[in-house]
Amino acid sequence: MKYTEDHEWLTADGNLITVGITSHAAEQLGDVVFIELPETETQVAKGDDIVVIESVKAASDIVAPLDGEIVEVNEALVDNPGLVNEDPLGAAWFFKIKVEDASAMNDYMDEDAYNELIG
Amino acid sequence: MGELNRTALHDLHLELGAKMVPFAGYDMPVQYAPGVMKEHLWTRSEAGLFDVSHMGQVCLDAESVDVAARDLERLIPVSILGLRQDRQRYGIFTSEAGGILDDLMIANRGDHLFLVVNAAMKAQDIAHMQANLQDCTVTPISDRALLALQGPKSEAALEALVPGVAEMRFMDVATLDWNGTELWISRSGYSGEDGYEISVPETQAETFARALLDNPAIEPIGLGARDSLRLEAGLCLYGNDIDTTTSPAEAAIEWAIQKVRRTGGERAGGFPGEARILKELEEGAARRRVGLLPEGRAPMRAGTKIFAGDEEVGTITSGGFAPSLERPISMGYVTTAYAESGTKLEAELRGKRLPVTVTDMPFRPATYKR
Repeated sequence: MKYTEDHEWLTADGNLITVGITSHAAEQLGDVVFIELPETETQVAKGDDIVVIESVKAASDIVAPLDGEIVEVNEALVDNPGLVNEDPLGAAWFFKIKVEDASAMNDYMDEDAYNELIG
Repeated sequence: MGELNRTALHDLHLELGAKMVPFAGYDMPVQYAPGVMKEHLWTRSEAGLFDVSHMGQVCLDAESVDVAARDLERLIPVSILGLRQDRQRYGIFTSEAGGILDDLMIANRGDHLFLVVNAAMKAQDIAHMQANLQDCTVTPISDRALLALQGPKSEAALEALVPGVAEMRFMDVATLDWNGTELWISRSGYSGEDGYEISVPETQAETFARALLDNPAIEPIGLGARDSLRLEAGLCLYGNDIDTTTSPAEAAIEWAIQKVRRTGGERAGGFPGEARILKELEEGAARRRVGLLPEGRAPMRAGTKIFAGDEEVGTITSGGFAPSLERPISMGYVTTAYAESGTKLEAELRGKRLPVTVTDMPFRPATYKR
């Protein structure tokens, strides 16, 4: 598992990257009440805002961590946004993105580096 | 930014695991470990303890309480002379332009008036009263904390510590003893629930709060849930939903202005902004504060613009997710022609127009013990 400075986590299965947010991020957000996911089969560029996530406190965005195509989104989150607080690293994955080169993921932090970031 | 003020319960908040944020110059608990949603629901089903010591407590003394009441009516378009002993009433300070300088609670405590004003406005309110009241001594109370106990279990929980509170009705005030400490209690709050606000000497505040928290029905609740609770109750947040640019008729709080202060009343007018305020009470205002129910799940927050077709007809002033209703709710101002309950409008969210329906407030009926 790799981690971004935007508090997203990434896991790879070949060229298919699954993306979610970290426990730390979920905790900071508080109770999540609304999630808007991207359409599948859309091309996204690294840094694009592609998910809207709203907690009881505020709205924030989740960015695409890599260039690629959105091939699957987790519809369960739309009906049950609270899943993000219950199981951020598992059941509450956000989307799967198909990339040209999965090694681009290696630019991101490993768990130790991420834990250092969040202190 | 200067040092943040701390309430008498600051150490207790930290011990209870609160997440602290700056609010109106104070370091205040926005939530505890359970989080806003659970704290909100707990308050609705059990009882929540809120530290609202940041709010301003002020005593007004004069020759008699009637003299003080008459004097305060110079600044507030509410019948204060008609407020009986041991009763409390909602009021507003108005501006010369007919806007709202602050909203507050006014209690008749027999030989003086006791006011509770908003934290962010207290310095201004006190200066305003000191400058404009002619017969009153204005005394800011700086040595008492203020706690709110809200929710259906409040009565039993407080009665166990302070016998007598169960007899109080909504908006009654009383001075009661707790272990030799004088408590100034009102049966009121800001959550839409039955409950109490309790003014307690700072030296005893933590001991008293701990005594309440010893009751398993009572959990500490932060400012986050305080906001979602008051929004469901349709109550205004000063600075968001009402301010100097909103008049009482626009804000839909005409009910706070009794007949006796209106045109034709025995003590009509005589307060700042009377010309506009009295005229709007007769004729209505150009816009009005309404409840708005967004279709779908997306919360619509303050600043979201409201449209009727291509015409911009209003703005949301408060909005969010309503934990008890499990849906988003908002309140805001719309042109009066669109203020009728049931009117379908659109809100612009992230570049998209989404349907909203004008609705009556409160979103959730209050459970006050009248």
